Amino acid sequence: MKKKKAVSKKWPEKWQEINPGCMVFTPGNASALHTGSWRAQRPVLDTQKCIKCGLCYIFCPEGCIAEDSEGFFKANLDYCKGCGICAHECWPEAIVMVEEEE
Amino acid sequence: MGKRVGMEVGIAAAEAVALCNIDVAAVYPITPQSHIAEHMADIVHDGRINAEFITVESEHSSISACAGASAAGARVYTATSSQGLMLMHEILPIISAMRLPVVMGNANRAISGPLNIWNDHTDIMPQRDCGWICMFAENGQEVIDMTIQSFKIAEHPDVMLPIVLNIDGFQLTHMIEPLEFPSQAQVNRFLPPRGPFVALHPDNPISMGCFNMPDIFAESMKVKETALRNSKKTIVKIWKEWGKMFGRHYKPVETYKAKGAKTLILTMGSMGETASVAVDEMREKGASVGLVKMRLWRPLPIEELRAAIRGAKTLIVMDRAVSFGGAGGPVATDIKSYLYQDMSRPKVVNYIMGLGGRDVTVDDFIAMTKKAVKKKEDTFEFYGVRE
Amino acid sequence: MTLVQNFEIFAPKLIDRKEYFSPGHRACQGCGEVLALRIILKALGDDVVISNATGCMEIISSAYPQTAWEVPYIHVAFENAAAVGSGVEAALKALRRKGRIPDRDVKSVAIAGDGGTADIGLQALSGAMERGHDLMFVCLDNEAYMNTGIQRSSETPFMAATTTSPAGKEIKGQRTGKKNVPEIMVAHGVPYVATACPSYPIDLVNKVKKAKAVKGPSYLHVFSMCPTGWRCSSEITIKLGKLVVETGVFPLYEVENGKYRLTIEMPRKRRPVEDYLKHQGRFRHLSADDIKMVQKKVDYEIKKLMDKVSGLKGWDEE
Repeated sequence: MKKKKAVSKKWPEKWQEINPGCMVFTPGNASALHTGSWRAQRPVLDTQKCIKCGLCYIFCPEGCIAEDSEGFFKANLDYCKGCGICAHECWPEAIVMVEEEE
Repeated sequence: MGKRVGMEVGIAAAEAVALCNIDVAAVYPITPQSHIAEHMADIVHDGRINAEFITVESEHSSISACAGASAAGARVYTATSSQGLMLMHEILPIISAMRLPVVMGNANRAISGPLNIWNDHTDIMPQRDCGWICMFAENGQEVIDMTIQSFKIAEHPDVMLPIVLNIDGFQLTHMIEPLEFPSQAQVNRFLPPRGPFVALHPDNPISMGCFNMPDIFAESMKVKETALRNSKKTIVKIWKEWGKMFGRHYKPVETYKAKGAKTLILTMGSMGETASVAVDEMREKGASVGLVKMRLWRPLPIEELRAAIRGAKTLIVMDRAVSFGGAGGPVATDIKSYLYQDMSRPKVVNYIMGLGGRDVTVDDFIAMTKKAVKKKEDTFEFYGVRE
Repeated sequence: MTLVQNFEIFAPKLIDRKEYFSPGHRACQGCGEVLALRIILKALGDDVVISNATGCMEIISSAYPQTAWEVPYIHVAFENAAAVGSGVEAALKALRRKGRIPDRDVKSVAIAGDGGTADIGLQALSGAMERGHDLMFVCLDNEAYMNTGIQRSSETPFMAATTTSPAGKEIKGQRTGKKNVPEIMVAHGVPYVATACPSYPIDLVNKVKKAKAVKGPSYLHVFSMCPTGWRCSSEITIKLGKLVVETGVFPLYEVENGKYRLTIEMPRKRRPVEDYLKHQGRFRHLSADDIKMVQKKVDYEIKKLMDKVSGLKGWDEE
């Protein structure tokens, strides 16, 4: 085995594709897993009430809330697990949890 | 040929490590390894080497600290013995799976139940399946040479596996022998500073020690097994390189007057020297006896063993350890299992001897050989137990 | 609402926006521990090497071939986070001295849960702190061995129900209180020891920065809310974190060179512990008398702490 580069394939199938020591060379590649499919309810933001304080962004365990182009903090639905912390902590009650319809 | 000095082998092991430009040593003292730990402390505290010496609070922490340091790119060394090695046992397979090139000196000592601080191989045998490269040194010169070689082997990109070098406790660690040290310049030529495959540093963040779900674990095990088996090629290559540089040659299986011998004795570790004296005495009296000494224990050097014992009628395997409730001593069991498929194989007589520091003399070897030759079939027994 | 709480509304402007822990990790919904970890990593920045013990944070983040960590990370085993962290610290020190790595500060940070800190990991922690490594140790305390199925640990609070200390007919829950690991750390002479909670993110960030700046050992004990293990709904994670401080069950303080100081002032009249206990299923079996017993214990611990805050001088004070 020569000095190897990182294996770029996401899901190694054969044993030859496993990195030595099961090391992962691509930091943060867990973002390939979209945990949004876990949720039973989703946060909905009322931009009329939002004061852009960013508290929801701090308290989100997923770290999936980010500022959009207008400065409102919206959850990335690919990752949002629907825990409801943002809605619970929002001072102006701008975020409301609604049931996922499916 | 350089200057020879008379030095205790345990202290020489520490001196050999000092030549190797190590970065971190984490050691916990235990008899009979304590001289290695103490002398390493002397070397670091006198400023003779630029390294960190961590006086950990247990062997579990010493091997864990070595894992962390090796992962961060340092060249690391640790040493231990019986109970300490047993305490480390949890972490040993993790280090070999993580492909960290830790080098460990193991002063062979009996494991407890009951407590016994003297020499035998029962401490290394439970670590057979940990995925470490495992070697035995026979005398002080080999301890020095093999310690230095171990760093190069472990860190080689085709190996990247940890190595444990076995040094018989008291029988070897506390003997004063005439030893020749390579010079620092020679060692520097042989062994450059460690350039790790990858290391923990913010300039290149990686994650090490990730866990495996069932769908990929078997593949990980195959990687580890293949790595260990393939390491033999590199071990032999590096030993040849050493032979060219220093004139002392090392092979996975050494033989002594074994060619054409009808009876072969097989040993590991320092008892090989006593056995070779016994072989000489028996040959003087006309017996067709030879000696096979296994230097490399894991990966098991099957081809070399096969070549060494070809043609013998009786193979006397000296086991310095017990595998309770098993099919024989650990070494004999391994050897018999690969001999099983050979059309012509010798009768294997397995003696468990030398346990807990009991001395094995030249006369003992001669007595065992005489008895073994008379046996009709494979046997396995304790030698020298008073009944 | 105090002045301090008001100020926190503008906290997002003061916290590093970069994420050091990617989403897509497998934590439970509403996990307070991963939130604490996310904030701690923001406060630590890039120049760290994390040594993690087996536990919730390790399992949710590093299932090969994925990793949620954007900083260098190693996991070895359960009980040796501090030992591995010591090894990393020694290696970084030696390699920097020998010029084999760039000459800049890289902090070795060991992170473990309450099991990997106070129980199986206590020996390694004690050894590492005693040896004085430049190691920051963070305990993410969710008050039980959550990852393996909510078994009790020495950090499980008095009378809490766990799977190995269930609320049975004879014995109702955990029989002992929380092991005071910050006290143990102060006894080791660790120059900076602090307790923190992610419901007070600025306080947590400040403490992480202070712990990181120490040139020597430092210890941070972070309260981590666990809706799954505590049997409560996932949205009240932050609220529980505030209640635990306001009732005095987990006061937030720091000990700098032996000088105790509360960093979040408790209200003069603390809220009754019942306000904190009533939301959690693990305390569901508590009778009124049991709650009185818990209140007495909390009052006792607060008294001990306040005696130290007002009475003890720092180690380097005259």
